[in-house]
Amino acid sequence: MSLTPTEAGPLALPTGNGRGPARNPLGVFSRPRTTTGWRSWVTTVDHKKIGIMYGAAALVFFVIGGIEALLIRVQLATPSGQLLSADLYNQVFTMHGTTMVFLVVMPIGSALMNYLIPLQIGARDVAFPRLNAFGFWVFLAGGLMLNSSWLLGHAPDGGWFNYAPNNGVAFSPHHGIDFWNMGLIMTGLASLTGAINLIVTCLNMRAPGMTLMKMPVFTWMALVTQFLLLFAIPVLTSAQFLLMFDRLFGANFFNVEAGADPLLWEHLFWIFGHPEVYIMILPAFGVVSEIIPVFSRKPLFGYPFMVFSGIAIGFMGWGVWAHHMFASGIGPISVAAFSVSTMFIAVPTGVKVLNWLATMWGGKLRFSTPMLFAIGLVSMFTIGGLSGVTHAVSPSDTQQTDTYYIVAHFHYVLFGGALLGFLGGFYFWWPKAFGYALDDKLGKVNFWVILIGFNMTFGPMHILGLQGMPRRIYTYSDGYGFNFWNFVSTIGAFIIALAVVMFFANIVVSRRRARAAAKVMAADPWDGRSLEWMVPSPTPEHNFDEVPVITQFDDFWHRKYGEDDKGRPVRIAATADVVQTGDATDVHLPSPSYWPLVLAAGLPIVGYGLIYNLWLCLVGGLFVIAAIYGLTLEPASDDEAPHDHGGHGPAGDDTTTGAEAAPEQEAALVD
Amino acid sequence: MTDISAVTAEERAAKEALTTAPSSAMIEDSHGHVTNTGISNEKLAMWVFLGSECLLFGGLISTFMLYKENNEAGGPLPSDLYDIPFTSISSFVLLMSSLTMVLAVAAIGRGDHRKLRTWLLATALLGGIFISGQVYEFQLFVKEGMGFTTNTASSAFYALTGFHGVHVSIGIVMLISAFTLSARGRIPTGSESIEIIGLYWHFVDVVWIVIFTVVYLIK
Repeated sequence: MSLTPTEAGPLALPTGNGRGPARNPLGVFSRPRTTTGWRSWVTTVDHKKIGIMYGAAALVFFVIGGIEALLIRVQLATPSGQLLSADLYNQVFTMHGTTMVFLVVMPIGSALMNYLIPLQIGARDVAFPRLNAFGFWVFLAGGLMLNSSWLLGHAPDGGWFNYAPNNGVAFSPHHGIDFWNMGLIMTGLASLTGAINLIVTCLNMRAPGMTLMKMPVFTWMALVTQFLLLFAIPVLTSAQFLLMFDRLFGANFFNVEAGADPLLWEHLFWIFGHPEVYIMILPAFGVVSEIIPVFSRKPLFGYPFMVFSGIAIGFMGWGVWAHHMFASGIGPISVAAFSVSTMFIAVPTGVKVLNWLATMWGGKLRFSTPMLFAIGLVSMFTIGGLSGVTHAVSPSDTQQTDTYYIVAHFHYVLFGGALLGFLGGFYFWWPKAFGYALDDKLGKVNFWVILIGFNMTFGPMHILGLQGMPRRIYTYSDGYGFNFWNFVSTIGAFIIALAVVMFFANIVVSRRRARAAAKVMAADPWDGRSLEWMVPSPTPEHNFDEVPVITQFDDFWHRKYGEDDKGRPVRIAATADVVQTGDATDVHLPSPSYWPLVLAAGLPIVGYGLIYNLWLCLVGGLFVIAAIYGLTLEPASDDEAPHDHGGHGPAGDDTTTGAEAAPEQEAALVD
Repeated sequence: MTDISAVTAEERAAKEALTTAPSSAMIEDSHGHVTNTGISNEKLAMWVFLGSECLLFGGLISTFMLYKENNEAGGPLPSDLYDIPFTSISSFVLLMSSLTMVLAVAAIGRGDHRKLRTWLLATALLGGIFISGQVYEFQLFVKEGMGFTTNTASSAFYALTGFHGVHVSIGIVMLISAFTLSARGRIPTGSESIEIIGLYWHFVDVVWIVIFTVVYLIK
């Protein structure tokens, strides 16, 4: 952060010889200038637009993954289902799991984190805006590449955790798993660059006075999530590289015939995979920790406990991975140790649940849609958490492994936990992002339909699992007693689908109504507590007219309310006097750029090249290298752009501050 | 992206007030940029990235440790073929490149641009010698019958040392890019970019010390 834009950054690249800033360093593109239309979206480096694009892409993938889920449920609705063949069923459940984890839950988390972190800490953007744009585009490229396997012959069919040796060429001779590898290496790269970016943003760019222990809990949980991503993703990436070498170049890492140990994959995958479940749930915990205090009109109960239990989950999440492997023969001592550590990790999670309840206790509760979804998370996640503890008890887990009981458990934590929280977050922050609120009545119906559908779908799976119905089997015979609950579950799945349609309908209806009414959205529609409610809705491009100086936790709330002698909030200032107007004109923002998109477009070329023809890798590689140089040498801000420099000194003195350092850009590509 | 925080005069005053206040969370780094930690965004990003790299190499080193005695598929083990004196020399060359890197960082600190370019080039050259040694070693091993696909130990050996080699090569590309930029006068005195490249370079060296010990020295 420079004090003024006229100051040279640490990586400044003076343009020399008085030729003026290099606008198109490689002579390919001139700097994009548009602020409207599609071009402004593909070249944007604004964290808010990138967050919205993450959300939109995730919702598209959510529909695709949801259709896959419906196919599974139709196939299993009756015994001896005929809709899908065994082979197609393998592809559908693999893609359902992979899509929902990597292309839906993680990017919705990214959407909220990208949009909200800078607003909640009082920053104008993230630390590296163009790296942020690159992260989104490479996520999208990875997601599209993964899904392109449907069109190019055969989708991956090894399950989302893709166990060895089943993931080898001998057992999966099609290219599906190669697409899985390439696509997820790319989304992993997106996660890694995002993690670096957001960690630096949280650590370095907080508003004056905002110490770490004054950060909103959502931002705290996001920070913990980003550290988990930072350390978990490279483990998955290394495993995927090894698998890629095996499948494409004949290496022997998972080739049992050559004496390889298939447990290696399980260990590497779950060392990533267990932190991954916290990567998915912690942002939703953060969302709920923002919603519940606002709709209880009480400060969050036990703020430091919330923060430290989140950090504790982050640490302990690394010591529990082998509880996914109790049935793999890792030996009694390992089993006992991981059993105990798994039970321990329930403690900080329980702290969170109790603190949410204590926040609501004695509060002035308003049951608006976001609050309903938040309470939905607290209750449904608790059910999922309790069934999780039954897996921690290893003798009981041995009975449950690979049954529908496991499927029931992780849908209660991921759907009932993460997804309900995220939907609550959408309803909560929608006015801030788009300038109109989603309809509350429709939202409430939406909530109850999804809650009923969810419990009808996944509740019966507990029973099916305990009756012994195995996962990942494309059909079952009549007479096992599986028929009734499977049918109920399928009806539930279609009720969820109805709820999803209602959510999209709500967007369309609310948007149309808002356009007709042409009303200006209030900056602070929910009587909020954190800084994002201080800026107008929708958020202006520069976020804050003036970066606020923070004196306490929930600073924005305390600008509006004091306390009487019984500790009850007393209004001390009108909201309109406290919020900003958004009309500052002299704010210098990073300029849009084509290079993040170009760089991200080069990587799938390399990926397809590795699968089909190595010459294509050369083309893609040259593309990538050119884009890295383009990105690195391009100044972060375009000084010839027509913006108001009022009060910033002579425009000619604006040095072109160079961008992210070449090092992390180039190095990041290796993994 | 150092200038997105372009700040109005009042904010600047507020920040300055806070930097002098005892409870302040804002510290100026060595370039006068206000960040909460006092470390510039770019340098902090490199540190964070290197943290992530530890886990990447961690996965590969664990894989090698698991497989290093495993030639069930036939062919020689890597440990049958090592030429420890040769690899020791190339390791020494790589370690010396850390010294020249430090000299390059010192040179830019003093504003001695000619020395900067000399030491950047020396570092790149030493890195290049290391890579050549690795290529020579690889082709010798292949001639002696241990290819990438021969057995699990050989796959693990080439994957681990190969990943390290790719990291060194990327470092060389960064050094040469920095050299070229400096020759065109685009790296100003006191620029942090050389130091950040240096962080990466030292990391790659440290990883090699671990790999050399684990792979070559420990039986």
